[in-house]
This record gives sequence, structure tokens and C-alpha cells, in this order.
Amino acid sequence: MKLMQGNEACAAGAIAAGCRFFGGYPISPSSEVAEEMARLLPKNGGVFLQAEDEMASLGAVIGAALGGSKAMTATSGPGFSLMQEHIGYGYLAEIPCVIVDVMRGGPSTGLPTAPSQGDVMQAQWGTHGDRVAIALAPSSVQEVYDLMIEAFSLSESLRTPVIVLMDEVVAHMREGVDLTLPDPASIRTRPAPTEPPGVSFEPYRTGDDLVPHVPNFGVGYRFHVTGLMHDERGFPTSNTDVAAALLERLEKKVHLAKDLIAPESYLMDDAEIAIVAYGITGRTAKAAVDVLRSKGKKAGLLRPRLLWPVQDEMLKSALANAEVVVVAEMNRGQWVREVERIVAGDTWIYPLLKAGGSMITTDEVVSHALSASDRSSAADGARSSRQDLRIG
Amino acid sequence: MNAEVKVKAPTRAPMVGAEKRLLRHAMMPHMLCPGCGHGIVLDAMLTVLSARYENLDNVAFVAGIGCSSRIVGYIDACTLHTTHGRPLSFATGLKLARPDLNVIVVTGDGDGVSIGGNHLIHAARRNIDITCVLLNNEIYGMTGGQAAPTTVPGAYTSTTPQGNTQHPFDVSELVKAAGATFVARASSYRPQVVGDIFGQALDHVGFSFLEVMTDCTEYFGRTNRFGDGADMLMSQSRYDPSIDADLASRATVEELTNPRAVRPVLPKGILHRSSRLTLEETLSVSGGRCSSANEIEVLNGDPRRGS
Repeated sequence: MKLMQGNEACAAGAIAAGCRFFGGYPISPSSEVAEEMARLLPKNGGVFLQAEDEMASLGAVIGAALGGSKAMTATSGPGFSLMQEHIGYGYLAEIPCVIVDVMRGGPSTGLPTAPSQGDVMQAQWGTHGDRVAIALAPSSVQEVYDLMIEAFSLSESLRTPVIVLMDEVVAHMREGVDLTLPDPASIRTRPAPTEPPGVSFEPYRTGDDLVPHVPNFGVGYRFHVTGLMHDERGFPTSNTDVAAALLERLEKKVHLAKDLIAPESYLMDDAEIAIVAYGITGRTAKAAVDVLRSKGKKAGLLRPRLLWPVQDEMLKSALANAEVVVVAEMNRGQWVREVERIVAGDTWIYPLLKAGGSMITTDEVVSHALSASDRSSAADGARSSRQDLRIG
Repeated sequence: MNAEVKVKAPTRAPMVGAEKRLLRHAMMPHMLCPGCGHGIVLDAMLTVLSARYENLDNVAFVAGIGCSSRIVGYIDACTLHTTHGRPLSFATGLKLARPDLNVIVVTGDGDGVSIGGNHLIHAARRNIDITCVLLNNEIYGMTGGQAAPTTVPGAYTSTTPQGNTQHPFDVSELVKAAGATFVARASSYRPQVVGDIFGQALDHVGFSFLEVMTDCTEYFGRTNRFGDGADMLMSQSRYDPSIDADLASRATVEELTNPRAVRPVLPKGILHRSSRLTLEETLSVSGGRCSSANEIEVLNGDPRRGS
């Protein structure tokens, strides 16, 4: 065990996963990730590049990934905004890469060193066009380490950008971390091409696994990579059927992640009050569940580790027996919309929303849950009441 | 003027030989307009490469967005068509991951100097060992002929209907000032010179930059009544003493200037050459690289942090 910060664990997890390229631009509260990578990468045969801006950061990461490296960047809100175009590029061109966004208060320059969970919707909808994100949300320093390893496995095996959404509290909090290296057999890598180079080789042809076996540059294959809609040869096309099929396959492919990341479920079996929270808010909510149980309330926690794509079926079944669902997040109401979409009409949803730069406390979750429980018992009309119960 | 640059007619054999081998025939027909100068530059580059490589397995072309950037799609190499303005950033990551690859960036004036200007000056500053060919047609061709930061004052474009009033970049001077160790300018009128300098740029260790003046006939030419592709090529020779001193000296002021816009007479040839450590050397990067290493280092921590 080693006492370390979430940002340091992020770098350690990346190295353990085999990441050997980091391109980044300094920004609070993510800068320690870059600083750690600058220290660790040269020792481990990797390359650290401090880029001129965030577009260059992710551009270089994608270039390095095509060169065969496992590659990543780390940033915060303003930089995450600037990276959106390249996130879309990585998605369409199917280039593995990991993007860490340490969320701070926004919009704009906002609150550079205060916590937030305000980039959740941006992680999914930030880039233009139809694209399905993969976004992970760790809630402890240990989980940062573990999920970084998983982020690379997901990204490499599915050939798609993976976003790790940390909040500033997880990033700067210090906890003991077990830095045991993963079993190499558990590390999933990008699929190697199964056909030799030649005129019949098509880098973007896929089989049942939905993942193209795109070679790295410089290993004997000559092919084209583009951010334009392309056919299985990788060549640009304006054929609308080909474009539609490509978008459909990419979506199906990314949805494979839904079965690979399990949520944390705590005392949910008999829970009448289900609290849904992620990141550091999940930790707060877990403590609140214990308090509520001590008061005789049947409370439970459902903490998704995978925010995108949303695990609809999992949420639907996990929340099926709850009388009240409290969704707590450090923003003005983002992921709660997904919960509403999935369980609306089946149960009562009471969002606990707090934006402005401070954490949601255990006391706030407890009192909100009690209030929500009372209201749902008394209610006979409207299904949810976001405005009434908003805190902060 | 140096006599050796006085070539009035192309003397090179037409494209029938080795360079054709390096084309990606499945991508034909190409999308360049009749008279466009970009194809001339593509031919010149492939001619040089065909003399050096049996195939382009270990050559990577990286391009941005725009007409110029599309030409890499026609090259049978590892080709990466990136986002607008950012090819140098992709190329930087690729080169650092695979320093053994010959990485060549093809960009345009809008791509390289406007939206991607920051990446251009930083690539030059870092002296990363890649070659950047910037095709300067003084306009945004692909999006319909809008003014670029290279458009000369007075020129009519679709966004300067009263004539351009902004001062243009001298791109090569900009890149030189940013620290590039090889800076050259050529023109599509002289493909042999383009090829010759391109070869020297490939041989240069460090960031080598080649600006090639090309003609956009469809937008820049038509809008400013510069004539067709052949007229525009001839005008390059008439206006530029470094191409044809005799013609330039005989030309009257009226001949040198379009009623609407004066095309710049810019110095040609190798404008700057120097030597210093490359980015790869400063980072001690060498050889092919993939994800494998000793992960033990991550556990030992940093003595500075008392771990």
C-alpha cells in the first residue's frame, strides 16, 4: 500500500496498464497527472510531451496510438472542451486513447480548483454528430488506479476513446493504494490484423466482434486513416448507406462496454430508498446509507462506475423495487436525466443537486432522503420534484 | 539572377514511371480541379520518393483538412488525414512513438498558418525531425474561396468582396523565426526544384519546412481574373525574377500587377539551414516503441516525495 493522491494513482494506473505516451497541457486540477507522467514515463521507456494546447495534446496522443503506443492525456473542463473535436475523430477513425477529465466548477474558467461533476453531459455530448461515449467514474484513489487499467483495456480492445471522469476531490484526496500490477493475461489489447498486407486487406473490415483489426503504422501495411466517413478500406465515401452502417456499428461496438463494468451495489436488496450517486458523491452517499439504516430506513446505494453508455437494463432492474430514488450529483442536474429516462413512471425520483464548488455532505444526503421518503409517502400526483428538493 | 534557375519549359519526362507505382490507384479519380497546382507537387514528391523507396511501408504522410491535405490519400503509404489545422500535432505523436518512420506532413496555408498556426510554430521550435510541405495557394479552396491569412491585399475572395485589406503572412519567414532548421520556398511552376528541395528537406535532420506556391484556378484565379491554370503558371514565371529573370525584367508594371491584386514576389530556394538537437534527441527517443516495459518503476516512487 502506498499513500498517494488520485491524480498520482491515475498516472500509476496508466503506467501499470502499459501506457507509454502522454501528451498534455497544464491545467488545474489535473496537472499532477501530467507531472507524474513526466516523471514516470522516461523511467519506463515512454514519452512525455508537453503540448502547446489541448488540441495538440489529443492530436499527439492519437498519432502515438497509431504508432502503436498506448497513449493518454489528462485535462480539466476548459481543456476538455478544446479536445472535443479530436474525441470525435478518435471515435470515427477508431483510435484507442484514454482521456482523463478532472472535473472542476464550470462553465468557462469557473472554479479551477473546486470540485464539480459538471462535465458528465459534455463527456457524452461534447463532440458533434452521433457518437456514443465510454466514460468511467472512480470514487476512490484505489479505484482510480484500477479503472485506469480498465480504461486502457476497454479503449484498446474496442478501439475507441475512453474518458475517465474524476472529480477534483477524488483527484486530490490521498488514500492508501494497492499498486499490485495487473495479471498480464487480464490486460486486453487492440486486436492484431489477421490478414497479411496486400491489395485485398481492408483495415476497417469487421467481423462479429464489431472491432476492426486496424494495424499500427509502420508494420508493413499501407492504408488510409481519416475523419471522413469511410468504407472498410478506410477510404472516404459519401455513400449514405455506408455512412449509416458505420455509425450503427460504432454504436453497437461501444455498447459492448455496458456488460464489462459492474456498478457498486450496497444494501440494495431490500432498499426502499435507493440512492444513485457516482464519483466522490458515491462515497458520501454510502455513508448516508449507513446513517439511514441506523435510523431504521431501508436505504441502499447504487453507484455506477460506467456513466456512458448508460446501463439501462441494469438501472431498471436495480431500481425496480425502490419506492424512492435519490440521485445525488455535484451539478445542476445532468445524469439524473438518464435515471429519469429509464425509471420515470415506475418510481419517484428526487434529485439532490449541488453546484457551485462544494461537496454534497452526508447530512445533506440523509436529510434529503428522509424528506424524499416522506414526500413520496404523502404524494399522489407529480412523479418528481426537481425544483423543490434542490440543494445548493 | 543565377543562371541555373532559368528553366523556361519543363524538361522532365512525363509521369509514366516509378512515381506512378507509389500512387493509390483505388482512390482515383482524384478530386483536384483542372489547373490546380497541388497535383504538380504530389508528382514532384512521388518522383523523389520513388527513387528512394521500393515501397512506402515506413513512410507516413499526415495531412489536415483542405485541398492540399487531400493529396496524401492518393499516396500508397501509411496516410493519416486528420482534423483541420492539427496534422503537425498528430505527426508529433506518431514520430515520438515511431521515430524510425519517415513522417511527412502535407498542409495548406489555411490549415497550417491560420487554424494550425500554433502547431506550426511549435513544431519548428521543437525541431522535431519531420518534413512539412505547405501548399500555399493564398486562399481557402475547399470551402469556396474565402480569404486566408496569406491572401494578398486587394485580392477579391468570397469573403473580401471589396478586396482584401489584411496584411498576409510571409509563411517561410514565420517558420524560420519560430526556429525551424530548414526553411525553403518553391513554386509549382518549377516541379524539378520542388522535388530537389523536397529531397533535401527529407535528408535534413530536424524540422524541415517547404512552402510551395501553388495556384487555385477555380477560386483565386477565376475570382481575380488570373486566367486558367496555364495562365497562372506563366504568371508565376513572369512575376518572379527567381524563376525567370529575363521575363521579369521585361515585364511592365501593368503586366506585373493584376488590376485588383498584386501577387507577391517572394524569395525562392533554401532560405535557411541550421542545426541543433531534435526533439527526439532531447527526449532520448529512438527506435520503434510499443507498450511494454518494466512497470516496477511506478511502485518505487520518487525519492523527492519521501516515498
